[in-house]
Amino acid sequence: MLSRTADHLFWMARYMERAENTARMLDVNYQMSLLPQSEAAAERGWRGLLSISELTGDFAKRYGEVTPKNVMDYMVSDAANGSSIRSCLMAARENARAVRGTLTTEVWETQNQTWLEFQRMVATDAFQRSPGEAFEWVKFRSHLSRGVTVGTMLQDEAFHFLRIGSFLERADNTARLVDVKFHAVDSEFFGFGSATGLRRDRLAILQAQAQSQGAVAPGPAAGDGNGKDVEFDFYHWSAVLRSVSGFEVYRKVYRNVIRPERVAELLILRPDMPRSLAACMHEVVSNLHRVANEQSKDTLRLAGRLDADLQYGRIDEILATGLHAYLTQFLERVNALGVGISRDFLVPVAA
Amino acid sequence: MAVGFDEMRGEGGTVREHYRGYDRWLSEQPPQVMLSRREEAEVIFRRVGITFAVYGAKDEDGKGTERLIPFDLIPRVIPAHEWREMERGLRQRVTALNRFIHDVYHGQEILKAGMVPTEQVIGNAQFRNEMRGVDVPGGTYSHIAGIDIVRAANADGSGSYYVLEDNLRVPSGVSYMLENRKMMMRLFPELFSRHRVAPVAHYPDLLLETLRSVAPAAVNDPTVVVLTPGMYNSAYFEHAFLAQQMGIELVEGQDLFVKDNFVYMRTTQGPKRVDVIYRRVDDDFLDPLAFRKDSTLGCAGLLSAYRAGNVTLSNAIGTGVADDKSIYPYVPKMIEFYLGEKPILANVPTHVCREADDLAYVLDHLGELVVKEVHGAGGYGMLVGPASTKEEIENFRVALKADPSRYIAQPTLALSTCPTYVESGIAPRHIDLRPFVLSGKTVQMVPGGLTRVALKEGSLVVNSSQGGGTKDTWILEA
Repeated sequence: MLSRTADHLFWMARYMERAENTARMLDVNYQMSLLPQSEAAAERGWRGLLSISELTGDFAKRYGEVTPKNVMDYMVSDAANGSSIRSCLMAARENARAVRGTLTTEVWETQNQTWLEFQRMVATDAFQRSPGEAFEWVKFRSHLSRGVTVGTMLQDEAFHFLRIGSFLERADNTARLVDVKFHAVDSEFFGFGSATGLRRDRLAILQAQAQSQGAVAPGPAAGDGNGKDVEFDFYHWSAVLRSVSGFEVYRKVYRNVIRPERVAELLILRPDMPRSLAACMHEVVSNLHRVANEQSKDTLRLAGRLDADLQYGRIDEILATGLHAYLTQFLERVNALGVGISRDFLVPVAA
Repeated sequence: MAVGFDEMRGEGGTVREHYRGYDRWLSEQPPQVMLSRREEAEVIFRRVGITFAVYGAKDEDGKGTERLIPFDLIPRVIPAHEWREMERGLRQRVTALNRFIHDVYHGQEILKAGMVPTEQVIGNAQFRNEMRGVDVPGGTYSHIAGIDIVRAANADGSGSYYVLEDNLRVPSGVSYMLENRKMMMRLFPELFSRHRVAPVAHYPDLLLETLRSVAPAAVNDPTVVVLTPGMYNSAYFEHAFLAQQMGIELVEGQDLFVKDNFVYMRTTQGPKRVDVIYRRVDDDFLDPLAFRKDSTLGCAGLLSAYRAGNVTLSNAIGTGVADDKSIYPYVPKMIEFYLGEKPILANVPTHVCREADDLAYVLDHLGELVVKEVHGAGGYGMLVGPASTKEEIENFRVALKADPSRYIAQPTLALSTCPTYVESGIAPRHIDLRPFVLSGKTVQMVPGGLTRVALKEGSLVVNSSQGGGTKDTWILEA
């Protein structure tokens, strides 16, 4: 297969996945904003969303005030924002168009139709009128795109590069989401900087929750009349889970109250959780093996090691070294892997 | 202008034999059903992405706009016996044209015999010195030819077919022929059970067979690719479509490189030899080392690999010397010269403005004639006398006098019309036909071609870039 074709397929899948993840995060924030909460908390949510995509600076320059409407406009339909749903869907469609002959008719038409319908939705203000429904639609189109790929394409190189793109992007997105959401509760326990008074309260709660399982709960009590924070935590973590379709999965797997370290374990290490880092890397590795060529040994090694680290990792070890540090390193490794794939397969230097 | 010839209705408005079945069916269709079918067709064309890009036009994203070519629901029907005759004529014409191209790059017998003026050929910008003495597989140059045919009314009300133009370089439109049929079968399956319409869907198979048959002789199982200028080219849909239908790679110039006079493409598994390139890039852009240096659409060293016989270009370089409008008037003579046969398909009578007598006549009759630039294409740079204002005619007269050899002139043919959906209902609109002729080991074609229709009332310009539409074309067994 042509390297350029592989490149387009890889990016088509990445952009589609990115559109879905953006929609997921927006949706969760939007749902959260419907709950009674302080303005500061709501704003924190929207800020978190911008920082996940590393867009805080660009947003501040162009929009200034962080309001739900501004963030939504910026992340949904802003053509100048390369990470907006609009930009992602357009890029996915343009990449698909460049290789439409390699795709099955169904895959191409799905991608094309998504872009055409999106334009119509923006034109009729669908994202303002009923954001929840519109975000559902983006997720649905992404499910459809993936489903029609798996359901109709020959499992040849084209297929594998699509899959690699999807899962590499998803790993990246999940890692960012976990990082930012844990950052939002800001705890030394998770390896973050100095805690303020308020943060110390929350830290206490987290510790109390962590210990509650062992029935013994010495030290500062969590239940000192601060029920608001417990409630906040429940909604915070359940929102994180929902944004990766993990709420029901969590209940099924742990059959227990929602606790941050379990959320972290589920989203990082569970091999059977489809949006976890472990599951994503596993898919990346197995698809990479199917397309291996003479020069890709190093890239495969990189991917294999990342996969093994996740496969044999333990959540208490990860938390002990600091979650933020761990995820930062993970994102660097995913990035290096992307560079390797690009060099070995997608844009090889002239032979 | 003479009395028109309508494809569907003859004298007194009676429906012609080969249109009767369709006419009966159409009269049974409620108008709102046809209207919703038209809308359905548009939605499907958009979803499938059967669009063409218009150069220069930009939408808000700064990308070239993608437009739909209007598709008309009423088919253009040709009775089988007419097609059989046309097919014979097309074979004959394209065979002679290929012989001509081979000749002008080798012995130049036809020039020596004085049948075609030497300076018309050698002095032609489309004549490629690089091709002199180069042998191409089977001596075939234009493997894919699109021959534009029109029907014009005779004085007695009958119609005759004429060849309007030969397209021997990179003719396009075949994907619309195929997609239009697919659309018609999707919208009106019952029509096809009531009519015996000759199928066209095997065109990609014939094309692939043709391309494989002209591979360099030393290659057993040739690798064939389609070379496109890229996704912003107006015909990109067609390039992608044909590559997909044939199951071969669609490459851009940047995907190819030449090493030791062989052409390779860059793949995920390393370099792969390429043997036949169905190129949809003009000669000028094929190789920056040989032609336009600023071209990024081609591949450096391609010409050298080609001349060494290590790769086949389809169509060959330099075919433009035979489809130039200044050469067109000599095609009937070519047929007699090379094949010793009388031409089956007629040319439109043509005045060559470089000849003093012809020029004088043309200047006297500008108001009645169609004057065309010999190197023009796409319906640009021409004067349609009867449809032009005095001022336009006078402006053109100046240009023509300044450089007569740039122009030819033809009588304004009353192009035949075909009933077509327009805003006010169904009305006659002018049409033409482009059949696609494939020349490899043998000459083959699918029955039919692309029918283009000028949607503006009275307009004779069918080009899609100027508001033309298309129709499905039926070759109908009685």
